[in-house]
Amino acid sequence: MTTIEIAGIKRRKRTDKLFRSVVFGFTFTCLAVVFVILYYIFEKGITCINWSLFTQNPKPVGESGGGVLNAMVGTIMLVSVAAAIAIPLGISVGLFLAENRGKGMADKVSLAIDVLQGVPSIVVGMVVYIWIVKPLGTFSAFSGSIALAIMMLPPVIKNTEETLVLIPNTLKEAALALGASDLRTTIKVMLPAGIGGIFSGAMLGIARILGEVAPLLFTAFGNPYLSFNIMKPVNSLPQVIFNYGTSPYDDWHRIAWGGSVILVGFVIILNFIVKFFESKWKVQF
Amino acid sequence: MEGTILRTENLCAFFGTNQILKNINIDIPEKKVTAFMGPSGCGKTTFLRCINRMHELTPDARAEGKVRLHYEDVYEMDAMTLRRRVGMVFQRPNPFPTMSIYDNVIAGFILNRIKLKASEKDAIVEEALRNVALWDEVKDKLTKRSTSLSGGQQQRLCLARTVAMKPEVILLDEPTSALDPLSTAKIEDLLYELKGNYTIVIVTHNMQQAARLSDVTAFFYLGELLEFDDTKKMFTNPKHEKTQNYITGRFG
Repeated sequence: MTTIEIAGIKRRKRTDKLFRSVVFGFTFTCLAVVFVILYYIFEKGITCINWSLFTQNPKPVGESGGGVLNAMVGTIMLVSVAAAIAIPLGISVGLFLAENRGKGMADKVSLAIDVLQGVPSIVVGMVVYIWIVKPLGTFSAFSGSIALAIMMLPPVIKNTEETLVLIPNTLKEAALALGASDLRTTIKVMLPAGIGGIFSGAMLGIARILGEVAPLLFTAFGNPYLSFNIMKPVNSLPQVIFNYGTSPYDDWHRIAWGGSVILVGFVIILNFIVKFFESKWKVQF
Repeated sequence: MEGTILRTENLCAFFGTNQILKNINIDIPEKKVTAFMGPSGCGKTTFLRCINRMHELTPDARAEGKVRLHYEDVYEMDAMTLRRRVGMVFQRPNPFPTMSIYDNVIAGFILNRIKLKASEKDAIVEEALRNVALWDEVKDKLTKRSTSLSGGQQQRLCLARTVAMKPEVILLDEPTSALDPLSTAKIEDLLYELKGNYTIVIVTHNMQQAARLSDVTAFFYLGELLEFDDTKKMFTNPKHEKTQNYITGRFG
């Protein structure tokens, strides 16, 4: 009787060990891939980083040098306008979903968001092309921002919803029992309590659209010159990387690598910001 | 009844098709402590929530009948006004975690957009915290987060937050069930002191607590109000057999 049990335990321990090493191995593989990519980009790209990369616009074919100033300006413009649209919109929808969980309408909206999450970015670009670019008669940074805002909505909405439903109901009841309106309860109690999660949702949304190129092909289109006009085409970093990376010129390859480093740098910084504020704004219930 | 502040008339409450409260008729006396006793699931908490209309937050909960606050039908009133006049303290401490201790006390004013001068705020905070005997413990850390306090302190803070709004009635839903005996004793002392100025309605599982604190006691059983009488009378000479069995610990 006893011996049988001990044998069983030995086997269980062996399986446990095996399972642990498999999990560890896979985790390590994923981590290694990330580091290899980062290493590769920085190894190739770091030598391409110089002052003129940040301060100059692309040079015409045949001239050496040049930079990605216009693309950086374009990306910042595209992303900030997209964020200004998608963040308030996404938080509102997230709030609605969190407040109405399980009700017919909210379930349908939730399903719609899941579908939107799965819509290929190129399709989003095409739709925005038909909705905005065609009626306006021109490619523009604005239409690009709309396309990116649509791409950004699902992560913002989902993060807001997930964060808010985790806030204990008793907190909301406490505010309402003091005679607060629903609106004041939301603004003064629920949103502050969820600010960490909502903020990280917004930042992850930004990280997601930073590297998008497909929806911009139809909308922001690209522009070899520096432009601050939101109703005119602009360049963006991912598009520079695509165009220059596929070109036959070594000089252009260097700029594409430089652009990659800048883009990846943005994303890494964004992630650190998220980590920092998540722990700073962590709310203990 | 003379000095009645709250009266229910044939109050019934339902969750979907499930009837929780059956024709409750009760007169709650003003500036006294009324205790609600009864085994779990008998509808005490639901009754409390029907008074300040918190039951409306639960999907498919509904109430029939009337609840009157000074003869005004609370279901005709604006829910926000009602809740300012009838405060509530919950089973578990639920201070606002993003606010400081100071802001928690005046949370009712913040949430209702009632503008106060800094000196008025200070006065309200000090008075409310003194009322709940928390002032000496927290006066040097009013700007700290409310969650840095212990459970018992948090519950007293929640009581302070409710008292600061000077409600006519304070509803307490088993306010000490999540607390240790020492914190419980403190809260009980406070309620005892508050009862001269406020009408207090307390739900409790603890019979000694009901006996110690309350002037009148209601005994609920399976959604019905079985007995409602002076606490002394109820504990020495209950009319109903079920009440006697519950009080003597034969069930519940």
